[in-house]
Amino acid sequence: MGSPVVMVIGTWLAGFLTLAILSFLYKDNPFYKLAEHLYVGVSAGYWLIYVAFFDVEPMLIDTFMTETGVEKWLILIPGALGLIMLSRWFPRTAWLSRWPIAFTVGIGAGLGITANLQGYVVPQVEATLIPLSGWNLVSLSNLILIVGVVTTLLYFYFSKPHKGVLGGAARVGVVFIMISFGASFGYTLMARISLLIGRLYFLLHDLLHVLD
Amino acid sequence: MKRFAATPNGHDSASTRRSSVLVAAIAVLGVLALTSGNALSDTGNPTANGPDALLLTPALFDEAGTLDAQEPAVLCPFGVIAEDVPDDGGGAIAVTWELGDAPVSDDASVSADGSVSADGSAEGTGGSAAVSGFEILRFAPGEEPILVGEAPVTDRRFVDDTAEAGVSYQYIVRALSSVTGPDGVPAGFADSIASSAATATAQWFATSRLNALVVMIFACGAVMFYIGRARTGSELYIRRIPGLEAVDDAVGRATEMGRPVLYVPGIETVSEVGTLAALTILGHVAKKVAQHGTPLLVPTADPIVMTTAQEIVKQAYAEVGQSDRYDPTSVTYITYDQFGYTAGVDGIMVRERPEAVFLLGYFAAESLILAETGHEIGAIQISGTKETSQLPFFVAACDYTLIGEELFAASSYLSHEPVMLGSLKGQDFAKFWIVVLIVAMVAIGTVGYAITPDGSSVPARVFDAVKTWFAGG
Repeated sequence: MGSPVVMVIGTWLAGFLTLAILSFLYKDNPFYKLAEHLYVGVSAGYWLIYVAFFDVEPMLIDTFMTETGVEKWLILIPGALGLIMLSRWFPRTAWLSRWPIAFTVGIGAGLGITANLQGYVVPQVEATLIPLSGWNLVSLSNLILIVGVVTTLLYFYFSKPHKGVLGGAARVGVVFIMISFGASFGYTLMARISLLIGRLYFLLHDLLHVLD
Repeated sequence: MKRFAATPNGHDSASTRRSSVLVAAIAVLGVLALTSGNALSDTGNPTANGPDALLLTPALFDEAGTLDAQEPAVLCPFGVIAEDVPDDGGGAIAVTWELGDAPVSDDASVSADGSVSADGSAEGTGGSAAVSGFEILRFAPGEEPILVGEAPVTDRRFVDDTAEAGVSYQYIVRALSSVTGPDGVPAGFADSIASSAATATAQWFATSRLNALVVMIFACGAVMFYIGRARTGSELYIRRIPGLEAVDDAVGRATEMGRPVLYVPGIETVSEVGTLAALTILGHVAKKVAQHGTPLLVPTADPIVMTTAQEIVKQAYAEVGQSDRYDPTSVTYITYDQFGYTAGVDGIMVRERPEAVFLLGYFAAESLILAETGHEIGAIQISGTKETSQLPFFVAACDYTLIGEELFAASSYLSHEPVMLGSLKGQDFAKFWIVVLIVAMVAIGTVGYAITPDGSSVPARVFDAVKTWFAGG
């Protein structure tokens, strides 16, 4: 916490920048440009410091200094790949930077496959295996779930034209998708409105003291 | 207030009474060790079983070895078992214990065989009524017990994830009295006998994830099979994806209007699969742009994405013989900050006035801000993401939207390369059999439970077995 004067200046600065960003709703203008460039510059600087002190230092330098055995030397591999990325500065060696890029892309794809299978596909199949028992609301709910999963999967079947039975199932799948989008839209919109309320509260309470 | 301080955990005992209580406890233990051959192990730690566990509750006893009627009874955990947590990388031990259901009354006494009961003659059972929670103490050979965690009164299992791999540990479960003293700490406690020793070890293979491995082998096998077929020249059909048909139109329109094409590859790193798909489509868009001589703008939020995008765009220009027209500054880095990036891209939109805007990749809360700004400037917008929470905004504000997997199918559709086509066909093959599996198993389960609602019929058991397998059991 700073002194009261600094706090007041900070509040007024935040209020001004909030209004400057909101002025974009009217049209692009110098105030928005100022706030935009300030925001981009400050955030770029913030992330530079963040990466240096919360990623590189603890995960690379500190790990190398404190670890013993094979872990100490293994950490040099990502360190070397990071340094190779800097070869892009020199046109004659720029091609070397493709190695760490390929490494990163490969890791991303590999992790993505296992994470999606383990985190989405297998649990979704398991959750959809529900027996229908009797004529009641629970069975109806389960039936809707099963039909929704199956027809949505069929919508994303690309190897056949969506005609006939497959076309009909895909159209049902689209209905399920759009219903879920509608629900998601409303849910997310409420969250966004709460963000707007939070910002308006700052303007009216912290800045203008109109609200208690 | 009485505390048993044989296992220090920070609870001070009343020193004037501690020694007498301890003497009484040792006396009771000694008698019971003589009368019950299996009460103590050869290491000095009692074996875990129900009634015997109550023997280590000296806090309940007075010097005469009977339960103190002035203090509420603290029930003692028993049957403490410590086992290595399976399917992990080592460093975790699971501790389980039991506690009886009925509370021991205050006038209970200890019988000669060590059992405790309200009438002093029958076997006593513990109960949770007088227990507020548990503390888990751990000790290695030659060490004093230390507190490693707490558990609520409803729990009977605790996972100690601070264990060192390869070290043998024993555990004591301490039940805390629900009655608190003036200082707010429990008025008493009772320790279980120590568990048998357990060692945390690492496993090479997580058997609980066998299902994911089998599904992955099945899906990858199908992909490799179809890639092989595609390479041999087999015709592989891919249905039309409306959003992708519009890519060429959008680039053409931007060319006619003499305005740039803006390509936003999302806000995530290159390890995100959505970003990878976006970068693949970027190659196709960059070729079209290079062929038409249309300016291309690719603002990025991640340095590696920027580097990768530069390589892709440069390669695309080279492939269509326009290397000299490639502008390295067309791919720029803005900031990794989500809304800083959004503000920057919005600024580019309103100042550069692109005619075609591509929003493909991973997007979060900024999706609607970007799409709405693109709509405001009158650009034709093609969007796509796998984030289901953002797709509604893209559907509402963009001209074409690639929904979920359509984004990943897009690269195959656009390139018509055998490897990518085969990959898409393999995924379709896996999807088809997943649908067949779901429909078949639901039918089998429904019939099975219709025959025998208790699930004893063969179809119901088959259904349960398959479901359990997918659950990782």
